[in-house]
Amino acid sequence: MFQSRHAVFGLGLSLVSLLPYSTALADTPTAARQAQLEHLLVQDCGSCHGLRMTGGLGPALTLDAIAGKPRESLIATVTHGRPGTAMPGWNALLNEQDIAWLVDLLLEGYPTP
Amino acid sequence: MIRPSLLLAIASLLLGACAEQPLRGTGDLGVVVERASGSLQIVETSGQTRLARIEGLGDLSHASVVFSRDERFAYVFGRDGGLTKVDLLRQRIDKRIIQGGNSIGGAISQDGKLIAVGNYEPGGVKVFDADTLELVADIPATPLADGSRNSRVVGVIDAPGRRFIYSLFDTHETWLLDFSQGNTPQITRFENVGKQPYDALLTPDGRYYIAGLFGEDGMAKIDLWHTARGVERIIDGYGRGEAALPVYKMPHLEGWTVAGNQTFVPAIGHHQVLVMDSQTWKQTDAIDVAGQPVFVMARPDARQIWVNFAHPDNGKVQVIDSETHEIIAQLEPGPAVLHMEFTARGDQLWLSVRDGNEVQVWDPYTLKLLKRLPADSPSGIFFSSRAHETGL
Repeated sequence: MFQSRHAVFGLGLSLVSLLPYSTALADTPTAARQAQLEHLLVQDCGSCHGLRMTGGLGPALTLDAIAGKPRESLIATVTHGRPGTAMPGWNALLNEQDIAWLVDLLLEGYPTP
Repeated sequence: MIRPSLLLAIASLLLGACAEQPLRGTGDLGVVVERASGSLQIVETSGQTRLARIEGLGDLSHASVVFSRDERFAYVFGRDGGLTKVDLLRQRIDKRIIQGGNSIGGAISQDGKLIAVGNYEPGGVKVFDADTLELVADIPATPLADGSRNSRVVGVIDAPGRRFIYSLFDTHETWLLDFSQGNTPQITRFENVGKQPYDALLTPDGRYYIAGLFGEDGMAKIDLWHTARGVERIIDGYGRGEAALPVYKMPHLEGWTVAGNQTFVPAIGHHQVLVMDSQTWKQTDAIDVAGQPVFVMARPDARQIWVNFAHPDNGKVQVIDSETHEIIAQLEPGPAVLHMEFTARGDQLWLSVRDGNEVQVWDPYTLKLLKRLPADSPSGIFFSSRAHETGL
């Protein structure tokens, strides 16, 4: 099951890579993808971090809580997870652009008041 | 604008409507948590309908519910530390307090008089009078080594003899609170139970407490008939030699997973349901399933085991034959199946389809979908019959 999912995911990626895009858009997920990612943030990240990012089994991800944490280290945490904790690496499900977009959303403050 | 006589007429009409509401029991009632909107639906399983929606329950990101022993009141534990007592008959909030900053769930004592809530922040357990919601006892968990905060509490369960038992995720402990002598509990601490206990189940007779471990392949068992014997590690090293897969949602353990002489539990980081002999507590099988299991629930007659999964396999539900351990059905109810609840005698299975914004009622014998009920991002489903189950 796990391998076949990777195969499907890989296929999805290669289809995406065939789509024409300008370099300006290359690092931003499409509007439809952004909606999916925001849903994922609230519902799936929210399972541990709280629907309002106020924390749970995972730490709070509100603006106050992540203030001072470098963007790159947040991206690394989402990408690879944190060994020894319940935080999984999301790179099997999300690509670099997805993860960067999610981290930027948090750094802008989520949810917006 | 509106004539007083008209107001009076409306008022008496409303009163009349209330008075004419037929008498009913609560044994076929339940609640559905609508987690994004902080609301609760009251449902009934005889006609499979929605009776009411209760709003204003705060952040229900991770909400769980227990019931008073008369099955009239539901106690809802919310993420924001809210503890809300909902009157199922009057269909309204009876009392609501904010008792902590961030809570995970709770339990009701054997005699129905105490409510215990497990908190992440501040880490510990608070115990309340079930009638008034006044604080009875406050038991902070063990502080972390750096003193920054206390350990987070998980898996708060009621045990026979007016006791509560729970585990400490960060400090790898299990605590047993004994309220049998009054409202100041005797505390028994079990240390080094295993790395990161994440949830626990109590066998339906209330004898064995089994905590799942996130930080290692195994479970920690305590015999409540013989607490002096301490903690026993069971199914140790079940995933040995296999790389752990990422876990995108923490599994849950509930008493229902004990099916006769077998106990079915989710593996962590392996797409398997593990089977143990309920006498020897040795692993007897590992059943390959479609993803990381979250809930592994036995139909009350113990003939089938229903399993749902973590993201990204949460659109599937698999049904396992408890005798042959074969997967007899794979259902795809819709996007993001979060929870499943059987009616007490197992004639219906209700499941929540979060991203489909509906609750579905299935016949677990024919495996046919019976009904769809709209709900706003539904998560947990809890039936009032839990009032009479130890450890649920």
